[in-house]
Amino acid sequence: MRKRLIGAAAIAMVALMSVAQAQDKKTIGVSIPAADHGWTAGVVFHAERVAKKLMEEHPGLNVIVKTSPDAASQANAVQDLETQGIDALVILPSDPDPLVNAIKEVKDKGKFVALVDRAPSNNDNSVRDLYVAGNNPALGEVAGKYIAEKTPEAEVVIIRGLPIPIDQQRQDGFDKGIAGSKVKVLDRQFGNWNRDDAFKVMQDYLTKYPKIDVVWCQDDDMAVGVLQAIEQAKRTDIQYVVAGAGSKDMIKKVMDGDKMIPVDVLYPPAMVGTAMELTAAGLIDQVPVSGNYILDATLITPENAKNFYFPDSPF
Amino acid sequence: MTETAAATAKAKRSWKDVDLRAVAPFVALALLLVLGAFANPNFISVDNLLNVLTRSAFIAIIAVGATFVISAGGLDLSVGSMVAFVASLTILFMNSGAVSDPTMTIVAAALLAIAIGAACGLANGLITTVGRIEPFIATLGTMGIYRGLTTWLSQGGAITLRNPDVQSLYRPVYFGEIFGVPFPIYVIVITAAIGAFVLYRTRYGRHVVAVGSNEDVAHYSGIPVSRVRTLTYVIQGLCVAVACLIYIPRLGSTSATTGLMWELQAITAVVVGGTALRGGVGRIWGTVCGAFILEIVGNIMLLSNFVSEYLLGAIQGAIIIIAMLVQRSLVRKS
Repeated sequence: MRKRLIGAAAIAMVALMSVAQAQDKKTIGVSIPAADHGWTAGVVFHAERVAKKLMEEHPGLNVIVKTSPDAASQANAVQDLETQGIDALVILPSDPDPLVNAIKEVKDKGKFVALVDRAPSNNDNSVRDLYVAGNNPALGEVAGKYIAEKTPEAEVVIIRGLPIPIDQQRQDGFDKGIAGSKVKVLDRQFGNWNRDDAFKVMQDYLTKYPKIDVVWCQDDDMAVGVLQAIEQAKRTDIQYVVAGAGSKDMIKKVMDGDKMIPVDVLYPPAMVGTAMELTAAGLIDQVPVSGNYILDATLITPENAKNFYFPDSPF
Repeated sequence: MTETAAATAKAKRSWKDVDLRAVAPFVALALLLVLGAFANPNFISVDNLLNVLTRSAFIAIIAVGATFVISAGGLDLSVGSMVAFVASLTILFMNSGAVSDPTMTIVAAALLAIAIGAACGLANGLITTVGRIEPFIATLGTMGIYRGLTTWLSQGGAITLRNPDVQSLYRPVYFGEIFGVPFPIYVIVITAAIGAFVLYRTRYGRHVVAVGSNEDVAHYSGIPVSRVRTLTYVIQGLCVAVACLIYIPRLGSTSATTGLMWELQAITAVVVGGTALRGGVGRIWGTVCGAFILEIVGNIMLLSNFVSEYLLGAIQGAIIIIAMLVQRSLVRKS
């Protein structure tokens, strides 16, 4: 019995000491969706890349990256991170609204919360300290402006993603971008951000319209299907395709000067890294970082493409 | 059982007694063709119809296998994930450069795909028969496994065929034509012909239908029920492998979303084609027709100008139900 007590006391002391040590250290928890398609695979790649870099740069900093396949398991993951004792949470929610409560729980305990990409309906400082996101309306607008400028009288077909708010924002942005020009939109159909579906939609567009000048498909994955459909039909009227996101394959095409993919519009999965860097800066250097940080939807051209090219990324 | 008897005896009977249930899907298809011609004059162009038939190849071929599984009273929900898994492994093999000659690479890859497909099917079959797990749950489980393995292999990204020699040599398998007809259409016809021969003209085929219509009676008649069932899943796996072999050259890559929801499309094609979901009846040519119907509905929607893009799903669903009702009313008249 006595031996056991001594043993227990020893364990308790070790535990106390490690807690004391942990207080000198800072921990950032990063919760992101599992890699289930190209873009989220990029998110995972960049989160892990930046985590490694941050820990090298700041010896006192620990960064834990957790991936979760759906909103429910992500809520659990956030709880797990919290019990491990984090000082800040960086989260890219798979579905923001169901996760608001789990995030608030962390926030209410006085931890720093950075929210990435997907905003819940009430995206204010009761939920998060920092909001980092790409610019969906601008993604459409930049593409629209480019098309209006390069081919002012183009007849354009559009392949949309899924019927969700960010897709609508991109469409509205595109309409704003081409407003006042003679660019004519022939059709808009959903391609579900899926290569095979985009292939089908493009085949049908090619049947439906004898002349198409430009395709705006706003997503690099869908561009793969679009290019195959055009090649199969041996149609030469299509001058170019504008996609978006910034996958390595499409950026490579831009770098190589591919005529069909002259530009790409950035919506980078690396934005999770931006949020992590800012969080670390706030935590360690004590610079103010709370607020909104909206990335530009940069137009990727052959001149600047190499800045956005990650050959090791899965996306 | 009476229906099978009718089907085998059909050839000897007069026009009056033609099995309307077998003809019904083709009537629905004909009606859709007329509807399509009204929606857009380009619809009826040879190019468009060949495009649609060609891209229905994946679902049609998979659904031929599903006809066996469903006729025997089973169900396979894993086929969509299986496509992604088999195609990914095949591409990885071709990228590995294990065989240096491009032609031999493709031949070896094709054999490998067929072996993996058969193995995946065998796994499904053994889990349901030896493991005695309901096929719905067993294949729901393997669906998750094949999908998860694909996501892991691709690290969530895409697996792309890298070797340009192999690519250019392989590409005609989807895009090539013989006598002006795209190659995948021949593959549909050949697969369906083999499937129809096995189901209607061999002892194994009769066993499949017998097991599906009444397992106990089949068992007491001395039919090895488990072996027959397991083999239907292997046939399904083989069909998936064939579908993969013509899928790979189309985009030359797979991703975690390849084949998503294809299992439901395949099952829908089988049922629209006149096979009973409870088993005991199998109609291979009806299934192929069902796959065409599914693809044509989508095509008509896209080509027509009067349907909002937000309503596509609703109208597709409505057309499938109307097609089924047309079939039923034809059958009732007989």
